[in-house]
Amino acid sequence: MAFENNDKAKGYWNENLRLVLGLLAIWAAVSFGCGILLVDVLNEIHFMGFKLGFWFAQQGSMYVFVALIFVYAAKANALDKKYNVQED
Amino acid sequence: MGVQGLTYLIVGLSFALYIGIAIWSRAGSTKEFYVAGGGVHPVVNGMATAADWMSAASFISLAGIVSFVGYDGSVYLMGWTGGYVLLALCMAPYLRKFGKFTVPDFVGERYYSQAARTVAVICAIFICFTYIAGQMRGVGVVFSRFLEVDVDTGVYIGMAVVFFYAVLGGMKGITYTQVAQYCVLIFAFMVPAIFLSVMMTGHIIPQIGFGAQLLDAAGNNSGVYLLEKLNNLSVDLGFAPYTDGSKSMIDVFCITGALMVGTAGLPHVIVRFFTVPKVKDARVSAGWALVFIAIMYTTVPALAAFSRVNMIETINGPDQKGVAYETAPDWIKNWEKTGLIKWDDKNGDGKIYYAKGKMEDAASPNEMKIDNDIIVLATPEIANLPAWVIALVAAGGLAAALSTSAGLLLVISTSVSHDLLKKNLMPNISDKKELMYARLAAGIGIVIAGYFGVNPPGFVAAVVAFAFGLAASSLFPAIIMGIFSKTMNKEGAIAGMVIGLLFTASYIIYFKFVDPTANLAANWFLGISPEGIGMVGMVVNFAVAAIVCKVTAAAPAHVQEMVESIRFPKGAGEASSH
Repeated sequence: MAFENNDKAKGYWNENLRLVLGLLAIWAAVSFGCGILLVDVLNEIHFMGFKLGFWFAQQGSMYVFVALIFVYAAKANALDKKYNVQED
Repeated sequence: MGVQGLTYLIVGLSFALYIGIAIWSRAGSTKEFYVAGGGVHPVVNGMATAADWMSAASFISLAGIVSFVGYDGSVYLMGWTGGYVLLALCMAPYLRKFGKFTVPDFVGERYYSQAARTVAVICAIFICFTYIAGQMRGVGVVFSRFLEVDVDTGVYIGMAVVFFYAVLGGMKGITYTQVAQYCVLIFAFMVPAIFLSVMMTGHIIPQIGFGAQLLDAAGNNSGVYLLEKLNNLSVDLGFAPYTDGSKSMIDVFCITGALMVGTAGLPHVIVRFFTVPKVKDARVSAGWALVFIAIMYTTVPALAAFSRVNMIETINGPDQKGVAYETAPDWIKNWEKTGLIKWDDKNGDGKIYYAKGKMEDAASPNEMKIDNDIIVLATPEIANLPAWVIALVAAGGLAAALSTSAGLLLVISTSVSHDLLKKNLMPNISDKKELMYARLAAGIGIVIAGYFGVNPPGFVAAVVAFAFGLAASSLFPAIIMGIFSKTMNKEGAIAGMVIGLLFTASYIIYFKFVDPTANLAANWFLGISPEGIGMVGMVVNFAVAAIVCKVTAAAPAHVQEMVESIRFPKGAGEASSH
C-alpha cells in the first residue's frame, strides 16, 4: 500500500477527481459553451477584429486546451507530492 | 533551378534524413519495437505524436475544407484538439501506470476477459486500416502532382519508403523519424501562411493577421477587417456569412463531441503515452503534443480565410464580375490540367466567375468547380511565392502522410503479433518470433494499404467518420469506465462496447452505404448527421454498461485492487509485456 491509510487513499482520489472535473468544466465551457451553444450571443461582441464566438470556435478554445493540460500536469504532480505517492 | 528540380532536391533530402534516422535507431528487441524502450523525452514524444496525428488529410485538406465552410469547419479544429485534453486528464497517466503496451492489453486485463480483449483488438485493427487507406492515396496524389509520375507509381514509391523505416525501425525508429517529419511539415505549412499574412495584413503572425485589417494596394490599412470583407464577399455571392456557417447547432455540437471522444479513443494515439519513462511525463507529454498540433491547427483557419479572399478576388476580379479567361493567372490553368479545377463558361462571356451553387446546375451563376484539396497545395502559386516554397509544400505533405502511415502500421503489427498471436493464439511464442510476426504483419498491412491507395474506395470521407464513430462508441467508454469505476465488470463493458458499436455502425452504414439518398437532416435522429452519431453511441455505451453492471456480479477483488493501483503514480515500473 502506497498510502499510509485508507483515508489518505480516498482523499487523494477525491482531490484528483475534483481537479479533473474542474478542468473539464472549463474545457466544455470554452468549446461546447462559447464556441457552439453561446456562439450567436458572443458574436455580438467584437474582440481583436473577430466576432468573439467565432474566435472561441477557431482560435480561443485551442489555446485554452493547451493551457489546461499544463495546469493539470503541474497540479497533479503537486498532489502526488502532497500525498507522497510520486515516482521515485 | 525550376520548381521540378527543387522539388526533387528538397523531397530527396528529406527522405535521406528519414531513412538515415531509421537505420541509426534500428530496433533490437520486441520492447524497442513497440515502445522505444520507454526512454523518450516528453517534448520529443509530443512532437512525434503531433506528426503521427497530423495526416496527409489534415495537411492537404483541412484548410481547404475550413475555407469552403467557414464557421462549420470549427468542428474539426475543436474536435481534433479537444480530444487531447480528455487523453491527458482521464487516460494517459493511468494507462502509463498500468504499464502494458497496447489498448487491448488494458481492456483484456481490466475486464479479465479474452472476449473483451478480442473485441478491442478488432476495433483497433479496423480503425487503423480505415485510416491508413486514405494515407497511401495522399502520398500518391502528392507524388503525382509534383514529380509528374502517375498516382499509382506515387503509391508504390510511398509503400517502399514506409516499409523500410516502419518495419525495420519499429517504434524507436519511428519516434525519431517523426520528429524530423514534424519539423519538415510544420515549416512547410507555416511558410506560405506567413507570406500571405504579411502580404494581406502586414502581420507576421497568421493568427493575428486573421483578425486584422486588410492592406490596400499602397500598403496602408484599408479600414476593412479581413473577416468583415469575407462575410460581405460570401453574402454577395449567395453563401452564408463566413463566420456563421450553415449546419444546425445540435449537429455541430455532436460532430465536435464525436471527434473529441474519438480522438481520445484512437489506438495509435493512446499507445504514444506508453512510450514515456514516467507517469509524470505521460501527463505533460499530451500537453506538448497539443502545443505542436495547435501551432498548425490555429494557423489552419487563418490560412483558410486568406486563401478564400485571395481566391475569390483572383477569380471574380476587382469589379466582382469575373475575369477574362485569357488573362486569368497560370495556377488556374495548371490545376485545370489535374482536373481539380473546372470551368464551364455558362453565360458565354469568356470570363471565369465563382458563386454559390454547383457548376453543373444551370440555374446557378457559378462557373467554377474547385476541389478542397488544392487550397493548401496551390496557395504558393496563388500568392506568387518563390519556387522553393512550392517544393517545400510537397515535402511537407509527404512528411505528413508518411509519419501517420508508419504510426498506424506499427499499431496494426502490434495488434496482430502481440494481442492476437501472443495473447490469444500462440502464448509460448519467443521474443524473436514475435518480432518477426510483427514485421510480417506490418508488411502485409502496407500491401493492403497500397492496394487501397491504387484502387481507392470511393468513400474515404465516410470511412473516416466511421473510424471516429467506432472509437468514440467502443474503446473510449471501455477505457474510461475501466479507470474511473472500480466495480465495472466484464459483462457491462462487453455489452456496452458491442451495443455502442452496433448502434453507431448501423446508423453510419444505413445513411452512407445502404440508402445515401436519405442522408438528409430531415431523416436524421434528432437532426444528428452520421459524422456526429458517435457521440450518441458513446452515451448508449455508457448507459448499457451501467445497467448491465447493476444486475451482474461486481468485478472480482483482484481487479478492483488493480484499478486502485493505477490511480497513483508511485511504483510505476517500466512498461512490460508480461
